[in-house]
Amino acid sequence: MAASRGMTLRYARRYAPLVTMPITVPAYGKEAAGRLASMADVTADDGALRRFLHGLPGVDAVGLEARAATLGTRSIKTTAKAYAIDLALTMIDLTTLEGADTPGKVRALCAKGINPDPTDRTAPKVAAICVYPDMVATAKEALGDSGIHVASVATAFPAGRAALPVKLADTRDAVAAGADEIDMVIDRGAFLSGRYMQVFEEIKAVKEACARPDGTAAHLKVIFETGELQTYDNVRRVSWLSMLAGADFIKTSTGKVAVNATPPVTLLMLEAVRDFHAATGVQVGVKPAGGIRTTKDAIKYLVMVNETLGEPWLTPDWFRFGASSLLNDLLMQRQKLSTGRYSGPDYVTVD
Amino acid sequence: MSTVDARLSVFKTYKLYVGGKFPRSESGRVYEVTDGKGNWLANAPLSSRKDARDAVVAARKAFGGWSGATAYNRGQILYRVAEMLEGRRDQFIAEVADAEGRSKSKATAQVDAAIDRWVWYAGWSDKVAQIAGGANPVAGPYFNLSAPEPTGVVAALAPQESSFLGLVSVIAPAVVTGNTVVVVASENSPLPALSLGEVLATSDLPGGVVNVLSGRTAEIAAPLAAHQDVSALDLAGADAGLAKELETAAADNLKRVLRPRAEDWSADPGTDRLLAFLETKTVWHPMGV
Repeated sequence: MAASRGMTLRYARRYAPLVTMPITVPAYGKEAAGRLASMADVTADDGALRRFLHGLPGVDAVGLEARAATLGTRSIKTTAKAYAIDLALTMIDLTTLEGADTPGKVRALCAKGINPDPTDRTAPKVAAICVYPDMVATAKEALGDSGIHVASVATAFPAGRAALPVKLADTRDAVAAGADEIDMVIDRGAFLSGRYMQVFEEIKAVKEACARPDGTAAHLKVIFETGELQTYDNVRRVSWLSMLAGADFIKTSTGKVAVNATPPVTLLMLEAVRDFHAATGVQVGVKPAGGIRTTKDAIKYLVMVNETLGEPWLTPDWFRFGASSLLNDLLMQRQKLSTGRYSGPDYVTVD
Repeated sequence: MSTVDARLSVFKTYKLYVGGKFPRSESGRVYEVTDGKGNWLANAPLSSRKDARDAVVAARKAFGGWSGATAYNRGQILYRVAEMLEGRRDQFIAEVADAEGRSKSKATAQVDAAIDRWVWYAGWSDKVAQIAGGANPVAGPYFNLSAPEPTGVVAALAPQESSFLGLVSVIAPAVVTGNTVVVVASENSPLPALSLGEVLATSDLPGGVVNVLSGRTAEIAAPLAAHQDVSALDLAGADAGLAKELETAAADNLKRVLRPRAEDWSADPGTDRLLAFLETKTVWHPMGV
């Protein structure tokens, strides 16, 4: 089933059970490139890409928000809650992205990531520590062989307002310093003014810059900054554009603007990932970031993932939370479940 | 058809006072409040442990600002509360008379005493440091100063019998020194306490400094006593059995506990309650620098 401009999501979804599904391959694997090549006709030139992106069905905003709100009403209690809390813990990209970051602060955060609750060693470790590129080496050293990844923002984060060579150098630096994952920001200015091809090529170029000399590559997360994209239609378009360009993960926000991850936007991105998977068989991850502070919020997101993408995505390999204060709330809830009494901020670290 | 001058009765919905807002109980439950003779007065929210949890979060959030305010400012705000109470005097007299089955004149005495007590405690805000702190003589070239500091979030069980004077007598001494309070109103007569919330909301008192919950005292007190983020417990409204249970739970994180005792709420309160929820900070400062 060669993809063509006419093959819309709707058809993909309707006929998905009837046709032979392509075998699922991870976005970071070798086979993914081949699958993307099968979509080459829609990314052949600026006009084709524009026609494809604008040919995507419009988003039903009311329906989307209602669906996201409905999924937020599930009651997750007792053992299911304990499971959800531990799962959310393992999905955290523990983040510090401040101008005032010091090596000491990054090391402290790494120690917390390895051992989130010093009073309870059964608390699982987080997925990754997310820092600025110049802190990658520090984080890498502090994490040692703990298995926790180091994620580095790159490409002139958070604005993305720099020339392409600067962005690529930024990325290569981070990868050379040992980053396992790169969080790039798209050029929102280019996207909003309709220069889709430029955004596409930029993501491709950064993906190439993620390659290491030994043939492996850092995983690439593409940040949309959905708070600046104005419409849901734009979010759907940029999701497809990024996945076509080879994003391993799509991420909502930088956490640096007023509007960050919201349930409807995340749901929309999850649906785009589902449709992309149905069309190409390529599995892409999702990372909501910014504004997720409570266990309750986190569990709502997990419910959305389970209902939209299902079990295969409910692992730290395919779903992450970009957060810092969320961890403390998860730990307090965890303590509440194990001791039966409410915990307080005195019993978790201040960071 | 009704006559022209007949009005529909407008019943008041009594609500909790948490974080400066007036929520219903998270559980959605209410219970019937009756006067001494069993006549229905109103439905009051029947708080759950989650309401208690939310109230503690609100109180902890308010603690930084309230304890950091100047003593002068706290005194002014508490005096303002007394001013607002004075304006609603008739309402409180009616509520206290209903709640406690007292005559109007006795209820008036209770309400007046409560307002006066509020003023009396307001005056203590910038004076308590003089009686609870001071300069310590030390054998070295240092100034050594002890100063009382608020302990944090105080969970108070309001007296069961004295629904208004008793309530004021546990709230005011705790907040005047800079603590924030989660108060569980008298189980059988919570209405004056819930109305007090409306007064507090309109007297410059920052939201969350006082939080009022109504419901079954034992049900709400248990999670409060075990709560790791509650710093102190005032057991004025607990009977002996409940008090023992709560004290045991409170020991887990070494809360300060003020144990229940026979109190005459109309008597001169003294400074006991004022000093019960303070911690002493002592600083050494080199002399002649």
